[in-house]
Amino acid sequence: MSSVLSSHREDASRAGWQYRLHLDAPLLFALIAASGLGLIVLYSAGGGDMALVERQLVRLGLAFTGMLVVAQLSPYVLLRLTPWLFVVGVVFLVAVLVGGESSGGAQRWLNLYIVRFQPSEMMKLAVPMMVAWYLADTRLPPNGWQLLASATLIAVPMLMIAKQPDLGTALLIASAGFFVVFLAGLQWRLLAFFSVLLAAAAPVLWHFMHDYQRQRVITFLSPESDPLGSGYHVIQSKIAIGSGGLLGKGWMNGTQSQLDFLPERSTDFIFAVLGEEFGFLGILTLFALYTIIVVRGIMISIQAQDTYTRLLAGSLSMTFCVYFVVNTGMVTGLLPVVGLPLPIISYGGTSIVTLMAGFGILMSIQTHRKLLPT
Amino acid sequence: MNRSREKKHCDARRAFLFLCMGLAAVTLVWRAVCLQVLDKDFLQSQADARHLRVVSLPAHRGKILDRNGEPLAISTPVESVWANPQVLGGEMQRIPELSKLLSLDAARVQQLVASRADREFVYLDRHISPELAAQVKALKIPGVHLQREYRRYYPGGEVTAHVTGFTNIDDIGQEGIELAYEEWLGGEPGAKRVVKDGNHNIIEDVESIRRPRPGKDLVLSIDRRIQYLAYRALKSAMKEHQARAATAVLLDVKSGEVIAMVNQPSFNSNNRQQLRSSSMRNRAVTDVFEPGSTMKPFIAASALQSGRYRADTLVATSPGWMRVGVNTVRDVHDYGELDVTGVIRKSSNVGISKIALALPAEEIWETLSELGFGAQTFSGFPGEASGLLSYHGGWNAIETATLSFGYGVSVTSLQLAQAYAVLATGGVKRSVTFLRDGDVTEERRVMPAAVTRQVVDMLEEAVGPDGTAPQARVPGYRVAGKTGTVKKSTAGGYSSNQYLAVFAGLAPASDPRFVMVVMVDDPSNGKYYGGQVAAPVFSSVMAGALRLMAVPPDDVPLLQTRVVAGEEPA
Repeated sequence: MSSVLSSHREDASRAGWQYRLHLDAPLLFALIAASGLGLIVLYSAGGGDMALVERQLVRLGLAFTGMLVVAQLSPYVLLRLTPWLFVVGVVFLVAVLVGGESSGGAQRWLNLYIVRFQPSEMMKLAVPMMVAWYLADTRLPPNGWQLLASATLIAVPMLMIAKQPDLGTALLIASAGFFVVFLAGLQWRLLAFFSVLLAAAAPVLWHFMHDYQRQRVITFLSPESDPLGSGYHVIQSKIAIGSGGLLGKGWMNGTQSQLDFLPERSTDFIFAVLGEEFGFLGILTLFALYTIIVVRGIMISIQAQDTYTRLLAGSLSMTFCVYFVVNTGMVTGLLPVVGLPLPIISYGGTSIVTLMAGFGILMSIQTHRKLLPT
Repeated sequence: MNRSREKKHCDARRAFLFLCMGLAAVTLVWRAVCLQVLDKDFLQSQADARHLRVVSLPAHRGKILDRNGEPLAISTPVESVWANPQVLGGEMQRIPELSKLLSLDAARVQQLVASRADREFVYLDRHISPELAAQVKALKIPGVHLQREYRRYYPGGEVTAHVTGFTNIDDIGQEGIELAYEEWLGGEPGAKRVVKDGNHNIIEDVESIRRPRPGKDLVLSIDRRIQYLAYRALKSAMKEHQARAATAVLLDVKSGEVIAMVNQPSFNSNNRQQLRSSSMRNRAVTDVFEPGSTMKPFIAASALQSGRYRADTLVATSPGWMRVGVNTVRDVHDYGELDVTGVIRKSSNVGISKIALALPAEEIWETLSELGFGAQTFSGFPGEASGLLSYHGGWNAIETATLSFGYGVSVTSLQLAQAYAVLATGGVKRSVTFLRDGDVTEERRVMPAAVTRQVVDMLEEAVGPDGTAPQARVPGYRVAGKTGTVKKSTAGGYSSNQYLAVFAGLAPASDPRFVMVVMVDDPSNGKYYGGQVAAPVFSSVMAGALRLMAVPPDDVPLLQTRVVAGEEPA
């Protein structure tokens, strides 16, 4: 315990304002830097459309405010809120399936008359919080029944979201839940067992996939098989990134991005714009910022003082990492195309708010440590 | 203790996950290195291949001008509308407004776009006016684009259609001069590199790779005014005599230039919607016929050249027919005893047959071959026929006899004109050309001037009051010429009621300048003699040509000349 206390004291003496404002400086600066880089790339991706940047700026402002607010709540409050958040989220998901609004072939939106939002976004936080809440009260490592219960907590919302269909979010939520269970002490042999099981279940999964999802897998395996159809996105984005070279073609000068060859360039494929216009250097910069964010999140998890916060902080950091690995993997052609935006950088509404709220939780965990009963 | 064990679990697994994430991050960085460093050149060329495109710049096709610089064929810039079905396919609801503007059937356009859904290019409409093109552009329909092209316009229309020929919609010569001088007129399309966006819009020009080399203008020997006269005269003759077809060729014998060449039926080269191939042929060059009596002067020339005959050598033609083997050669009347001039004047078949049979076949064949029978004129006109002149070795008596009055031999109007031109030039054969200032590829004497002079004198008598074609005369000029009324050869032998009315002549007889051949195919309104049907066309066109080309009259009464001279100040 003494080592934790001393490090705490050091932190407190070095940056007292962080504790007073419940902010974490490395995380905050990395997030602001990434957001700024994102706006610059977005301006170019939108073809110099300032209105687009302004809208994104407003969203970022909202998200950062949300983060600050969440950061003020102590982990104890979060712990108490967790079951309610989860239950409300599940209810919303049921509501979406029953009477949600469709857009682009998927039923994801819930209109509450005051706000229209995607309950699936809320579950990105609610699921890992709920699993952590459940496992924090048990004797770890979890036994079979506890694992089954955790699996149910993860699987129910995940399947509902997959049904919308929103495979990308479902995967994120599943991995967020999985990280909690794994960090809680899932046995290695069980992990190996489930991995094998999952591999065996792949053909079954294939059977349940939508046609467009199957197409994506086929496209991933050989994008050149249909260069004008479904392989088009990945081919164009690989060309965009590759042609950027070491230093890029310069801001607003990407031919793939500016001449309408690269599809979805302000949303899911914005990473290709960065790669084309700022080159390898730009990509490294973004990776560096992401690494700071992830590493800082892991450090917060390491320094966390109880099981709930430790599991939650670990899961949130890892999920963020999965988030950007999946997106960049998809844009560079390493992974199949799933509809996941590049966190912080991509143009888009709800996800950035959720994401920042998650960082708010991390900050709360980091800055409320001394208040926690040990 | 329990808590620290948990923490240990957590730490180990966290480390494991961290390692996984680190591996993922390294993989991604490696991927970036692969794309941006190792495959950079290939992917950059791929990017260039996507946005840097080479587009072709159409070359302006050269004008075709008449001998006085009047345009016969000119190119005007127009726009063509094309679509990228892959893009337009997603904007089907906008097709009706476009179709309405272009007066197209919307359903058919939609069907066209749908049927080419996997293509990137399909023409929607060709050659629209710049004003309409601007309206199309203003619609701003995704996937609909314009392309600059040139459309060929023929100010002469039907009048010059056969000579100029025409180009196809891609501006490539298909017929006539357009085809023959494709290389000269066509030029060479240029190319430029442009930046195109993903929707095929040209964003900017990068560089000019090759400027289009415009085609060169071509000056024809045709005189549009005389061409028009010939067209009008031939068309009215065609109508008056209810003929099947007709041709007229006018040559300048001093240069071998084709001054006018018209055919009926003709076609509008500007609007070829209902084009029939029968009206498309330049019959004067592509169609052969038996020349009939217009052949006789050349037999007479051969006779004079042989020394066996003089113009006043008498030939007995009584009783108006003669037997050659089992066949009979007939005249229309019994002309009694005629000299060679009389044989030509009266167009006696019996007389010319007797002369021909008295000559060695080889001499006749040589004369005719030298005049260009049985060989192309090498005018360079596409599809030119060579006619037929069989070798003298196989001629029997009746064949020699019928050949002498123009059966069993076939010519084109242009060939016949070229042969008459030899008479007109005093025995010099010149290659015919459609170009003004064209190279003279052939110019040589094939007959003594004394012979041709006598033949021209004979031909002058043929259009005299006692001849067969007084209607060929031109006031103020001495005209020489020969009629032909040819029974058409049909599938079952020679027709008894279908004729070709032919007239071939030259003027002014004292110093010939022009030769003209008129052929009317199957006049079926009562008259069918060459002197009645073809000669009047010759007269009116030749009169106009002599006047327009300012050829001095050679048939002015002496008294009148004196008065005119006397009025001039000394």
